[in-house]
Amino acid sequence: MPESSLASPISLDADAPALPGLMRASWLVARKDLAIEFRTRTAFFSALVFALLGLTIFYFAWDPTAVAAIDLAPGVLWVIFTFSGLLGLQRSFGVEQADRAMDALLAAPVEREAIYLGKAAANFLFVAGVQIVAIPAVALFYNVPLGRIWLSLGGIAVLAALGIVAVGTLFSAMAVNTRLAELLLPMLSLPFFVPVVMAAAQTTSRLLAGRPEAEAWPWLRILLGFDLVFVVACAIAFPYTLDE
Amino acid sequence: MPETASRWSSLSAAAAGQYLQRMLADPLMAPRSTELAVVRAEGLVRAFGARRAVDGVSLALRGGECLALFGPNGAGKTTLLRLLAGLLAPSAGDCLVGGVSLRADGGRAARSRVGLISHASMLYAALSARENVEFSARMYGLRRPADAAMRALKAMRVADRADAPVRSLSRGLQQRVSIARAIVHEPLLLLCDEPYTGLDEVGSAALTEALAARRAHGAALLLVTHNLSEGLALATHAAIMRRGRFVRFEERAEVDGASYVSAYRELVTADA
Repeated sequence: MPESSLASPISLDADAPALPGLMRASWLVARKDLAIEFRTRTAFFSALVFALLGLTIFYFAWDPTAVAAIDLAPGVLWVIFTFSGLLGLQRSFGVEQADRAMDALLAAPVEREAIYLGKAAANFLFVAGVQIVAIPAVALFYNVPLGRIWLSLGGIAVLAALGIVAVGTLFSAMAVNTRLAELLLPMLSLPFFVPVVMAAAQTTSRLLAGRPEAEAWPWLRILLGFDLVFVVACAIAFPYTLDE
Repeated sequence: MPETASRWSSLSAAAAGQYLQRMLADPLMAPRSTELAVVRAEGLVRAFGARRAVDGVSLALRGGECLALFGPNGAGKTTLLRLLAGLLAPSAGDCLVGGVSLRADGGRAARSRVGLISHASMLYAALSARENVEFSARMYGLRRPADAAMRALKAMRVADRADAPVRSLSRGLQQRVSIARAIVHEPLLLLCDEPYTGLDEVGSAALTEALAARRAHGAALLLVTHNLSEGLALATHAAIMRRGRFVRFEERAEVDGASYVSAYRELVTADA
């Protein structure tokens, strides 16, 4: 074979492959997913446009004399995140379905959990990207001062995104093989998103109102507990969703 | 090997098969590990509900051997391939690749020795040919993934389109990239499900050459095809599968092409 080592025998020398561990394989999967999204940009821009359109519709439907902006903004913010996040989650395993790329991924010598963690990491960055644009947009639309709470709000956004992504990635894998994937993913995911959205909205509301931090802690604990339980549980459950 | 390669490129599939037989008989070119079975499956069963798609299949292939597997639609050929690739867990039985069980360590070590070629490209359309093959090389833990990817693309004669997005390539070129992805880690066992689908003459020759190269250096090949002449040209063994079982399994030398074709047609007609 000219210019080819494909004819070389399997060897155990220094060049022999070293199978990627869990974290390395997760990183490879995440990087591949982000590269695909970077090339196509379809899901990210769809989610962004959806978020901004949602904000606009809420803004025009809002009667400032009936509800104060500070009461409405947290709810709007987290509802928008939830639905725009679903667009990214939908895409997550969709890219593996075309031309059965999932088969090659499953045939690779990596742990199944690495596929889940890699997908979840890419989805997390996707949701975080939408949040980076949407949070200032909410502040602008509703004239909400975020200057003094931006760090705390960032922390809540990270925790909420983690919870949404942990559950959504698992359900995305389950739904993708069905004929009603677009319908099934929200139907499966949304009930699980309720505690995340509720806790995130309540914490944000208290922070915006300038209430004592102690009032936000019970909600934060729910968010933390949800993340801890569902990241671990979903990573463990994921390999079973791949069984035919 | 360069001389061998140049000879391969001008061979038809049938001639390539004959040439391979002679090459394997040559002690200087023979595979280095013919004593050990590269793949050994024992009593493999895969059930979907009450239906057994694969029903107690056993096989062993040594380095350099090629099993051409024929059978009507729904016979269980693809399911068997998916079991051997570690994509499906067997309901019963076990399979060892290079002496390592697919049940051990979540099948990682065994899967690292297997390459899977299918009629589906298993590629990411938005990524370039190089990125697709390089991603695979990294997933298999190759030390120099970029170099390995380019070597595989060159072997499949698609290196000149390495940086083109896969979606911009024709079906045949996508199939070549897909084969490069499957052979980039120099697998010990190559599982091919209708691998010649969509390939033009150049692509077919490149695939025949790559398969022969892997076999000549100790890899075993399992080829699923509906094209009997194509399969028999490459095979050292031939099998017919029906309703999840091997109904015939023999060495290629024992197979008479014409009677084999008529026996196969009888089986397919009986199932129709």
